Amino acid sequence: MTDQGPDLTGLPADPTTAPFWRAAREHRLVLQRCRSCGRYQFYPRPFCLSCSDPELDWVEASGGATVYSKTTVRIPVTPDMEPPYVVAIVTLDEGPRLTTNLIGDVPEIGDRVSLTWRERADLPPLPVFRLAGDGEGQPRPEEGAR
Amino acid sequence: MKLRPAYIAGVAETPLGEVWDHSELSMAAVASREALAEAGLTFADVDALFTNYMGEEGTVQLGEYLGVMPRYADSTDLGGAAFEAFVHHAVAAIHAGRCEVALIAYASRQRSRRSRKMTRESDNSSLSAQFELSYGLPGPLGHYAMIAARHMHQFGTTSEQLAEIAVAARSWAAKNPKAWARDPITVQDVVESRLICDPLHRLDVCLVTDGGGALVVTTADRAKDAAKRAVRILGAGESQTHWGIAQMPDLTVTAAAVSGREAFGMAGITAADVDVLEPYDSFTITVLLALEDLGFCGKGEGGAFVEGGRLAPGGALPALTSGGGLSYNHPGAFGLLLLVEAVRQLRGEAGERQVPGAEIAVAHGVGGLMSTASTVVLGND
Repeated sequence: MTDQGPDLTGLPADPTTAPFWRAAREHRLVLQRCRSCGRYQFYPRPFCLSCSDPELDWVEASGGATVYSKTTVRIPVTPDMEPPYVVAIVTLDEGPRLTTNLIGDVPEIGDRVSLTWRERADLPPLPVFRLAGDGEGQPRPEEGAR
Repeated sequence: MKLRPAYIAGVAETPLGEVWDHSELSMAAVASREALAEAGLTFADVDALFTNYMGEEGTVQLGEYLGVMPRYADSTDLGGAAFEAFVHHAVAAIHAGRCEVALIAYASRQRSRRSRKMTRESDNSSLSAQFELSYGLPGPLGHYAMIAARHMHQFGTTSEQLAEIAVAARSWAAKNPKAWARDPITVQDVVESRLICDPLHRLDVCLVTDGGGALVVTTADRAKDAAKRAVRILGAGESQTHWGIAQMPDLTVTAAAVSGREAFGMAGITAADVDVLEPYDSFTITVLLALEDLGFCGKGEGGAFVEGGRLAPGGALPALTSGGGLSYNHPGAFGLLLLVEAVRQLRGEAGERQVPGAEIAVAHGVGGLMSTASTVVLGND
């Protein structure tokens, strides 16, 4: 890191999320975990949402998740994506939720899904999810922590 | 401490529908003048100004246009819920002695301009751009669609139940000569209309029209020359939950749980006391969740609650009586027109759609990506 802050070349111009996107380049989904209370959070912040502690570590998520909700988008939204496609919220096994796409066979709400990546031209790859295969991850209660 | 009661002493709609002979500012000016006239006041009496989405700097351009240099100004950005929040803030400012005559105004020409301005950021460094827009989620439609999908999964709510809300709005609109869409529709029409973001159909989604309105909040003393009966503000409340949809703690619980508790608590009422309800209907699911979170029914019971025309003319809970954003008018931010209709119902001047004997009305705004809620309870003295 220099006095000018982190090198954000090829990343969104947001210094606070740079560790997330650098890990994404290596196809690793990372979350913050609080050193004090152990809770995970996403997106990154300079304090723990649960206990306000400022000491947070970046840790890699397992990649297992459960579909919390989803919608099939049937109208044109962005030139990058041809409708119809599926946008979802998944609950990661570590607790946090993220907005994502479901690719391949469309899972139902409550189904187990696993992490994969969608490459992009000018920015780091995006974490997306597909229906989990047999034996991938253990089913968990749907109502995870935020 | 006994607080001075605050009143809505004048209301007006701007020209509605497709407006070609006005600017947004002139529409707001015409409505403001009319609302002030109802209150027995003029622009010279206005000492507080509330608006948003009307220019480059909150209230500033509207103030200049109207010739109003207020001592209290507020452009709180709560989207569709901003206008109920403005009433909340105006009441607090009147209680604190910071103003006496508050003008709340808004107008939009998004139909004739063919643009519904999205408030989403386009900068790739925003959190929305990084973690939401890159997945092709259309705001706000996709957010509300995922909320509806989750409610269906968790509680068994059906598309037919959501459609009941659109049908109720249309049946009220048929009684409102100013409503944009007045042809009758059925539950089947709604569920057979085009799916745009599952499970929401075209007819689960509000109109895009030109429109707006104005209202005046003031003290009993200042309203004594009002041309029409002033309506008392019994309670108000607001809250917010999230911007990114994955940050919403529970997709089936909205900010109305807090705004309703605050407003009903201040008014000393429960849902059972409400004679007429004006809930924000950007989408059918918006109404369903408001009914649950405001306590008209239990969590998860909204689908069954709206069945059998309960919200429609002749139903047990008259709601959406103007025809709502689904069938009457939706100028991007619909919250002000909810208040206009609630006041007219309490005054008994709603014509063919009048709810007989209405004494307590609730206007409930919802904004953003189901992000914000603000609730106002009004009553006759």
